[in-house]
Amino acid sequence: MIRVVLPAHLRTLAGVGGEVKLDVGGSVTLRAVLDALEASYPMLRGTIRDHVTQQRRPFLRFFACEQDLSHEPPDTPLPDAVVKGVEPFLVVGAMAGG
Amino acid sequence: MSTIRVLVGTRKGAFVLTADGKRDRWDVSGPHFGGWEIYHLKGSPADPNRLYASQSSSWFGQVIQRSHDGGKTWESAGNKFVYDGVTGTHLWYDGTPHPWGFARVWHLEPSLTDPDTVYAGVEDAALFRSADGGQTWQELPGLRNHASASFWQPGAGGMCLHTILLDPSHPGRMFVAISAAGTFRSDDDGKTWRPVNRGLQSEGIPDPKAEVGHCVHRIAMHRSRPGVLFMQKHWDVMRSDDAGESWREVSGNLPTDFGFPIDVHAHEPETIYVVPIKSDSEHYPPEGKLRVYRSRTGGNEWEALTKGLPQSHCYVNVLRDAMAVDTLDPCGVYFGTSGGQVYASRDAGDSWAPIVRDLPAVVSVEVQTLP
Repeated sequence: MIRVVLPAHLRTLAGVGGEVKLDVGGSVTLRAVLDALEASYPMLRGTIRDHVTQQRRPFLRFFACEQDLSHEPPDTPLPDAVVKGVEPFLVVGAMAGG
Repeated sequence: MSTIRVLVGTRKGAFVLTADGKRDRWDVSGPHFGGWEIYHLKGSPADPNRLYASQSSSWFGQVIQRSHDGGKTWESAGNKFVYDGVTGTHLWYDGTPHPWGFARVWHLEPSLTDPDTVYAGVEDAALFRSADGGQTWQELPGLRNHASASFWQPGAGGMCLHTILLDPSHPGRMFVAISAAGTFRSDDDGKTWRPVNRGLQSEGIPDPKAEVGHCVHRIAMHRSRPGVLFMQKHWDVMRSDDAGESWREVSGNLPTDFGFPIDVHAHEPETIYVVPIKSDSEHYPPEGKLRVYRSRTGGNEWEALTKGLPQSHCYVNVLRDAMAVDTLDPCGVYFGTSGGQVYASRDAGDSWAPIVRDLPAVVSVEVQTLP
């Protein structure tokens, strides 16, 4: 299972209390994890990626295993530790105040 | 006895304020969607327990929320706002072309007759409609495709479609207002549009009397006389007696005719309310005195309403969607401030008292009068 940590506001929107666990079939890429996340929690569509372009929203970042994956192509495989569920995939709100 | 429900959108969440018909003891519910900007929430005239809310965030974009029980519980609806067809450009602040891009929903206007139909005014300016309770949204592209659209430009708050008025007497007729483009009217349920700005004069644009380009802040109508429109423009308070075909200034003796909201008394279609603001760069009341001005003559002759409002050291603003009226007798008038106060008057403006004092900055206020 893939573990995903969401920002607090998206946890509230999705109605989840902690980490989200996803069963991602096939190759575990950025795109595959986000597709699985949105399939399980449709209310998150448009809040992490643009509906049409599928571009990451500018104030969100993707981290895993102490790496910034925000600018990796969407078909980049995620680290093995994420695939094995040892480490979570983190969706993080940029520290932009507000 | 009737119940009054005040729906308040703020920079950091929504609040629902309720009272019985005496309007003296208020229950405060919220924040709902804490931390999110709630530009607007409004109930369906056809089913008052059906509420819609525009929830947005710089981080997470747009969410639409829907309630079936008057705001006790909420569920997320559809948030996919995609312009129809190829989008062109409008003018940017510096006068150069700028591509159209969706930012947020400023205003939600439920249908007068169908709780599942709701209109959304968005930034960059366009009009969307949902016929399935907000699950899916379709643009009414005739507005954005108007020949003048490439010359529209944003006001300081963005290029927003902030006002939607549905004419209760002429099916298919609706008005919208856009900053900074002006007022537009459709007579065919939103398919085609034309600007209705004749008589407006704005010194901040190259041709002060241009057909479009005016920064209209708000328009209002009384249900019994939908051909009479009132407008608070960037500067100037205006009036039309022919459904927008022509406008004349009714600023009269106001201390300043800059401001944002304008609204009409529920039972007196010639009684209107504005909140004068010092200037376009000084978004606070003149002399530090928060005064609502009321005209009982449809404009030109105005009286200051001050009882219960701070008359010294008050430097809050009142935004365009932050004033509303109830339909009790006497009419209740409500407005919210950038300082987080929501003031209510139970006597048509003669006196005021705060319902709450310390909310986040108030963006919008709507009122429902429930049996």
